[in-house]
Amino acid sequence: MMWSWIPGNWPLIWQLTRENAYLGVVPALVGLVISLPLGVVAARWRWFYPPMLAAVNILYAVPSLALFIALIPAFGLTDTTVVIALTVFSLCVILPNVVAGMRSVPPATRQAATAMGYGWLRRLVTVELPLATPVIIAGLRIAVVAGISLASVGQLIGVSSLGYLFIDGLQRSFPTEIWVGLFLVIVLALVCDLILIIIRRALTPWAVHS
Amino acid sequence: MSFFSYAWDWITSSANWHGSDSIPHQVLAHIGYSALPLLIAAVIAIPAGVAIGHRGGRLANVVINVANAWRSIPTLGLLILLAVFLGFSALTWLLPLVVLAIPPILINAAAGVAGVDPGVRDAATGVGMTTWQQILRVEVPIAVPLILLGLRTSAIFVVATATIAAYIGLGGLGRFIFDGLASNEYGPVAGGALLVVFLAVLVLVLFTVLTRLLTPAGLRQQAETEN
Repeated sequence: MMWSWIPGNWPLIWQLTRENAYLGVVPALVGLVISLPLGVVAARWRWFYPPMLAAVNILYAVPSLALFIALIPAFGLTDTTVVIALTVFSLCVILPNVVAGMRSVPPATRQAATAMGYGWLRRLVTVELPLATPVIIAGLRIAVVAGISLASVGQLIGVSSLGYLFIDGLQRSFPTEIWVGLFLVIVLALVCDLILIIIRRALTPWAVHS
Repeated sequence: MSFFSYAWDWITSSANWHGSDSIPHQVLAHIGYSALPLLIAAVIAIPAGVAIGHRGGRLANVVINVANAWRSIPTLGLLILLAVFLGFSALTWLLPLVVLAIPPILINAAAGVAGVDPGVRDAATGVGMTTWQQILRVEVPIAVPLILLGLRTSAIFVVATATIAAYIGLGGLGRFIFDGLASNEYGPVAGGALLVVFLAVLVLVLFTVLTRLLTPAGLRQQAETEN
């Protein structure tokens, strides 16, 4: 380890960390926004879900690098390519959790809401989605952690992230740089994970925390 | 031209099917690079997961959270770090892929065993089964669908990620991708990527069949109603 390398390159490290955070978090949020309506539809009309799940499973099997490459003709070697590819992956993780979360709402709770005169939309927004939140956030956590880790692969097609430190470190045979990259990817993922845990607790104050 | 037409033209070109760097050769190499780490991870993570699930309680919670955080380790970074320290040894490509494959197998095996109905456990104790019999004849068979799901997830991760082993100079389908990127030829890049997807889908099919075959008869009906 050459510790002095770190303060000397702080602006670069900070910039790469920000880029990596962007590439990891934005796709998960976009994935969530797409998954919510799809998941609600799949939970309501059951026949809709098996084909959707099969499609999601196959998409999830596509290697991230392969998906980056498949998107190059359309979006070039840009951030957009990586964000779209990682959005697809986050969708694969979040969507099944949205469906599982919606299905985990006890029928009695749903009936109680209806009996109190709640309409379809009001019941969805004020009863079902809040109760499904822990399961949805569990999926979001996996998507964010995996996304931050996968974003570094985007460096192989030249999209800047903490992966730069791996590749530059390899070319210069300079382990310090690789260690710093590894450490920051893990720390960034854990910090985002922690933020999501805090958000879950804030959104579900009624839940028992073990 | 689209990704698929590039890939198709390249895959169907007969020149790519002969010689030491041919498609069949690299497909076999890729399967080898994927199967070994998966096997090692399974040997470590299935018994560990079953033991954790059987014990249950606080420990299970802690282990599952650690395994989740474990996912944040970037495979590319670990691979490159080992390449710098160890050169092209077997450990260089094996270790990152084993590390990648462990969490899904461990989490699902633990969840599968921990999720066994307490009534079923009590019944097993009631008919006089020892702890070992209970684990091997009751808990593990009930957990089989989840254990296979974990293995499937890991297998797909490993097949997809073994691609980047080529970045440090190893064989497998990643060879086509990185050589193509280096020489600015999109054909082998797209073709290599499509072949990896094909292998991953093959894994998916294989595990669907395995799940059908290995799920105990008593669980099948239940699974069908849940899906």
